[in-house]
Amino acid sequence: MNRRKLVASSILHLVLVAGAVATVIPLLWMVSASLMPAGEATAFPPRVLPSRPTLSNYEALFERLNIGRAFLNSAIVAVISTLCSLLFNSMAGYAFAKLRFRGRDRLFRFLVGSLAIPAQVAMLPLFLLLKSMGLVNTYLGVMIPLMATIYGVFLVRQFMLSIPDELIAAARIDGASEWQIYWRVIMPVARPVLATLAIFTFMSAWNDFMWPLVILTSDEKYTLPVAIANLVGEHAQDIELMMASSVLTVIPVLVLFFVLQKQYIAGLMSGSLKG
Amino acid sequence: MKVRRPAFGAEARAGLVFLVPAMTLISVFFALPVIAGFVLSLTDFDIYSLGSVANTRFVGTANYSGLVDNAVFWASLRNTLYFSLVGGPLTIVLALGAALLLNAKLARFKPLFRTIYFAPVVTSIVAVAVVWRFLYHPRVGLLNRMLDLVGIEGIDWLGDPHWAMPSIILLSIWKNFGYSAIIFLAGLQNAPEELYEAAQIDGAGPLRQFWNITLPELAPTFAFVTLITAIGYFQIFAEPYVMTPDGGPLNSTLTIVMLMYREGFRWWNMGFAAAIAFVLFALVFGATMLRGFFRKGVAR
Repeated sequence: MNRRKLVASSILHLVLVAGAVATVIPLLWMVSASLMPAGEATAFPPRVLPSRPTLSNYEALFERLNIGRAFLNSAIVAVISTLCSLLFNSMAGYAFAKLRFRGRDRLFRFLVGSLAIPAQVAMLPLFLLLKSMGLVNTYLGVMIPLMATIYGVFLVRQFMLSIPDELIAAARIDGASEWQIYWRVIMPVARPVLATLAIFTFMSAWNDFMWPLVILTSDEKYTLPVAIANLVGEHAQDIELMMASSVLTVIPVLVLFFVLQKQYIAGLMSGSLKG
Repeated sequence: MKVRRPAFGAEARAGLVFLVPAMTLISVFFALPVIAGFVLSLTDFDIYSLGSVANTRFVGTANYSGLVDNAVFWASLRNTLYFSLVGGPLTIVLALGAALLLNAKLARFKPLFRTIYFAPVVTSIVAVAVVWRFLYHPRVGLLNRMLDLVGIEGIDWLGDPHWAMPSIILLSIWKNFGYSAIIFLAGLQNAPEELYEAAQIDGAGPLRQFWNITLPELAPTFAFVTLITAIGYFQIFAEPYVMTPDGGPLNSTLTIVMLMYREGFRWWNMGFAAAIAFVLFALVFGATMLRGFFRKGVAR
């Protein structure tokens, strides 16, 4: 029995490790190649590690190709969208969960029914609408679809259903205004779901590609993914340089994920079980 | 009672006020465009309309019948279905396998493996598509070099019409399986332990337990994962756009959303592109309906 267990455990871990290796190789190779001098990633015989690690690719990205600007754009867009999404979605989620008014549940069911509508269906008219508002090639134009989302409202509402009504009733008896109840009583209790929503929004804003590609038209406004897709066109041969640009895009969210993975995964799981 | 009634009115008012920001944004920048998109798909809105809307005419269903006669559209639909119907099940099976391994009692370092498997999910698809583009490089790519080591002749992954779509599928599996694996893991951890204990007492082996307990318990999770995978995969855009910007050899990696982007935002045939968007809508809607049937089927 013990022997069988040992064999089973060895096979299990062999498969787990093999899967993990296959999963990280592309990411490790990306980092390694980004530190190689130009041409080394394609040299024969192939190299796994740089002969002498160099940051010259990163220097070139920042000095010649102005990637710092794209990095800044991505950061601005991601941070502001996240703040707006936290405020707007939590207000609506709170209203749907705890404030009684006519037609509330019908409206909410309607929203949930629209969850599956692909964003691309709205994209063409949305572009024309923003064009008429003069919002093409602006930060606001990129951020608008992220600032309030059906999924965000849904996520917050599901969490807030579990907040006891007595908490709100007690605050009302104490004479708190509706805004004070939301801001001082509900928001602190809702911290876990707000953390989840913040990570989700930040990551989708940081990684978003198609909409920024559509709405941004100039280098100075490009977010990182759009800037990289543009770079591939001109620098497809400079593998080491391209890898450095990928590292710059991937590493911030990976670090964020490593630090906050508990909230992230908890949110993912609760969203899926109730969905 | 006297205290409560005015409070209720205030509560209802507050509720409506709290909805205003989110609902305004969602109505104006999502609901309205979806409806406008349908109207747009019934017009010949093109680059001249962009100059002046007066140049736009209603053309009824001409855009849709135009799609029927359009070979490139059929190719993009075929490619999207190929990608979703082959890549989707492969992603789900791999995710289920990973979740089962991670859920095994014998497994150690679970959080570490979980983090590693999940890492690709949070990466920017554009950034990793750039990485994979080079892994697939016919001459110097890591993949062909490894094949070379075992004496297999290299493949022109993205340049060969037979291999281009499988290459994109492989990237997508790598990128996405961790997401579904985590959701499966949640489903597995939800299955009551007593069921397994009872089965063990009855002498059921691991395979029987998997078949008679794990799979039925996972059915709702399975339905959910299938639905979101299908919806996500029907909308595939960034992977083929970055790796094969022109739609690949013989349009073999041109997807529906890529065609919509090209027609709508490159050539400004926005009426025609809107019709393509609604074909995507129909696909996604179909997947949602299937879930309803599936749900009824597994209801116990």
